[in-house]
Amino acid sequence: MTRIRLKYSKYGKVRFLSHRDVAKVVERAIRRSHVPVAYSQGFSPRPKLHFGLALPTGYESDAEYLDIDLDQDRVGNRDPEVIAEGLQQCVPRGITICGAAEVDPKGPSLQEMVTSTVWVARTGGVEEQLQERCSDLLKASTIEIEIERKGKQRREDLRPLLLALEVLKTPTEESITPGTRLRFELGTKPRSIRPSELLDVLGITEPLGVRRMHQWTDSDATMQGPLGEPAPPSTPAEARAS
Amino acid sequence: MSSQSPEFVWEILEPNLPLVQKPSRYIGCELGVVEPDWDKSANPVSWLLTYPDTYEIGLPNQGLQILFEIINEHPNAVAERGYAPWSDLEKRMRAQGIPFFSVDTHRSAAGFDVFAFNLSAELNYTNLLNCIDLAGVPIHAGERTIEHPLVIAGGHCTYNPEPLADFLDAVVMGDGEEVVTEITDVIAAWKDAGDSNRSELLHALCGIEGVYVPSAYSVEYTSDQPDAVVQSVEPEWPEAAEVIAKRTIADLGEWPYPRSPIVPLTEVVHDRLNVEVFRGCTRGCRFCQAGMITRPVRERPAEQVAKMVADGLESTGYDEVALTSLSTADFSGISDVVSEVMAQDTEGRISVSLPSLRVDAFGVDIASQLQNGRRSGLTFAPEAGTWRMRQIINKLIREEDLYGAVDSAFSQGWRRVKLYFLTGLPSETDEDTLGIARLARNCIEIGRRHHKSPSVTLSVGGFVPKPFTPFQWFGQNTVEELDRKVNLVRDAVRRERGIQIKWHDSRASQLEGILSRGDRRLGAVIEQAWRSGATFQEWSERFDLEAWMNALEGQGLTPEQFSNRHREESEVLPWDHIDAGLHKDFLWQDWLDALDEVGLPDCRWTPCYDCGACTGYGIEHVVASAVPPAGGSQGTGQDLDTGGLIPEPVAVAVELADRQ
Repeated sequence: MTRIRLKYSKYGKVRFLSHRDVAKVVERAIRRSHVPVAYSQGFSPRPKLHFGLALPTGYESDAEYLDIDLDQDRVGNRDPEVIAEGLQQCVPRGITICGAAEVDPKGPSLQEMVTSTVWVARTGGVEEQLQERCSDLLKASTIEIEIERKGKQRREDLRPLLLALEVLKTPTEESITPGTRLRFELGTKPRSIRPSELLDVLGITEPLGVRRMHQWTDSDATMQGPLGEPAPPSTPAEARAS
Repeated sequence: MSSQSPEFVWEILEPNLPLVQKPSRYIGCELGVVEPDWDKSANPVSWLLTYPDTYEIGLPNQGLQILFEIINEHPNAVAERGYAPWSDLEKRMRAQGIPFFSVDTHRSAAGFDVFAFNLSAELNYTNLLNCIDLAGVPIHAGERTIEHPLVIAGGHCTYNPEPLADFLDAVVMGDGEEVVTEITDVIAAWKDAGDSNRSELLHALCGIEGVYVPSAYSVEYTSDQPDAVVQSVEPEWPEAAEVIAKRTIADLGEWPYPRSPIVPLTEVVHDRLNVEVFRGCTRGCRFCQAGMITRPVRERPAEQVAKMVADGLESTGYDEVALTSLSTADFSGISDVVSEVMAQDTEGRISVSLPSLRVDAFGVDIASQLQNGRRSGLTFAPEAGTWRMRQIINKLIREEDLYGAVDSAFSQGWRRVKLYFLTGLPSETDEDTLGIARLARNCIEIGRRHHKSPSVTLSVGGFVPKPFTPFQWFGQNTVEELDRKVNLVRDAVRRERGIQIKWHDSRASQLEGILSRGDRRLGAVIEQAWRSGATFQEWSERFDLEAWMNALEGQGLTPEQFSNRHREESEVLPWDHIDAGLHKDFLWQDWLDALDEVGLPDCRWTPCYDCGACTGYGIEHVVASAVPPAGGSQGTGQDLDTGGLIPEPVAVAVELADRQ
């Protein structure tokens, strides 16, 4: 079996598609572009697609990942670049495939390997106040929050999962839209919390926009993306780790 | 109208979307959508094609998808699509002054020349008013000026357009494929002439065959008392025809639409490729308005169906195709099409579903050919519990056929069978009603021969008489009577292992009955119900019968006079000035035959009864085969009296759509 890993971004109107919607869109795109995808066994065979951590509906992203298992016995091009180009023709405007490579099908799944995610949120809040709240939060040893999972309320300590948090001073190329920008990195192990749960603690209930910037893995003690993208030397994660 | 430049709403809409349920309803961006080209001519005629319910209900509507393409192909017209916003977004739109918009380019509805609605369900009438109002357009046709779009509607409900006469500038009767172009051209000419006078446009529209302009007619009632009925509907304008005849396209083969099916990005109902295989039905089920008003039968050539299926699957990426019509098992090219689709599907991943039901004329063996993989449930629609009742409604299925079908289904691996029934039919006795439970018990017995725990689900709906059917004179059962009948069946199957029962809310049936056969006096009632917040009435959690009863009472009207009383032959019906192709005396004779328990065979393969549908249009049923489809005994003329010999033991119609 061959496994192809794709990286894509999600901007604009289609950011309102849910994780489930995107899965269905990709499934149809795979049929339309004749990717020789492998199917599951059983009464209702499904194409073998493996998505990474779900992106909340309404958030944009620079770094979404998807694994596609290919069927050896089916006819079709197996070149990751060709598959990426074919799929690009069949997905709606706003989803852009920006990376593709073959990966080891026996390797860990995206959900297993990703250990942290980096986000930028825009808010209408005043920069100085936000700055203050962020440093308070970083100084705290525990941040107890009430979260809901599968209909059940649960208390969770957010602090160990808050790997980095900063107010971005000047607009950067990754955030050209209005608002005060907040950049944060959240751990995903043992279980992840949602960006909105951190934003709630900061009193931001209706952010102007949230974008996932990166997903990092730390296999072999090196921070890198699921496609081997190197982490920039100055990432907050590294700063924290040192 | 379109003289003011179109206003776009995306900028003000977008900040609201993270805060409402299912924001993907409002973004458009679907695959397969033809991009509307507003620059194709100097001043194109613009249409906003609207389904007055949520996106997930409205998007799959094939009528709107067909017209969307035809209009966008016109050198001087452009079409976009709109759907009713759910109440959470509506509240925000009203608070922030965001008007009703299209999902294609997020244009305000007021910037279109035509605000057109598909009306497929009577319970959507208040949504129609809500959409018009949200657009900032006066709900009353009489208050609109040249600043406002022309509000028009089509669809099955509009065969009785009278309850909506106050709100619609024009109504289109019948098939829309040809008439949209004629309407476009009339509007274009009027715009070119300076579009100064709205009444001139309405007069011109009156001249188009199949277009009804309610304001061109005056209605007289027998008295000014609340129990009055319509005395006459007379044209007041010289251009207005005395009788408005529906439009009928002669050859479906000339209209291979939609050519580019719209593939939604989010979940909708009927989320699959749909290919219409024929229009019209001659089975003659007397309760079925769709079957009556869409005659004559016009089949699509089998090769074209096969091509539309192949092209559609390729361009959409769907893995399921539904062959749609009112009775797909009767499509004379069905075997060819099925074999071709199955032959192309070399990997066995495409499933074909036949959403229309008929318990004859088709084998469960074809069902097993169609359905790859899981066999969870099959649906049959015997509609009534006794042979006597089925003769009355002209659904001529014998018990043996049903049992043969059910046996075949259970023996070939299906474990669940769903049976559709109507109750509250003309002259229905408790014995007939209880016949539903008896059939269910016998079906579960048959199932036990094949499985340990077979399941039979009964779906029971209260019968709503509709215009242009032989039952249009029948007084609908009251809510209490429908509830009593449903309870009879419930009690009878309560202790039966394996039998589940579902039923339709009889209060919703009552409202549907009132709106179906009402007259113009209901306009004020619909308006009042809308003002009291009764929108999305198709949604059970939002249904509010009290709002409607209060509104009726406010006008001094009663449910009985529209819905529950039997009508006489001599009574002028509010829709008598509409011609659906059927002769009124044919319908009356069929009503008498029904009461005499006399069935009427399918006229495709037996002599013509002169119902009017073919002769009126100078066309005939277009069928590929002069021979009835294999296994079709009932309804095709054989064995009517006896209910006896069965020519073929297979004989089943299937619905594969149901497969949870």
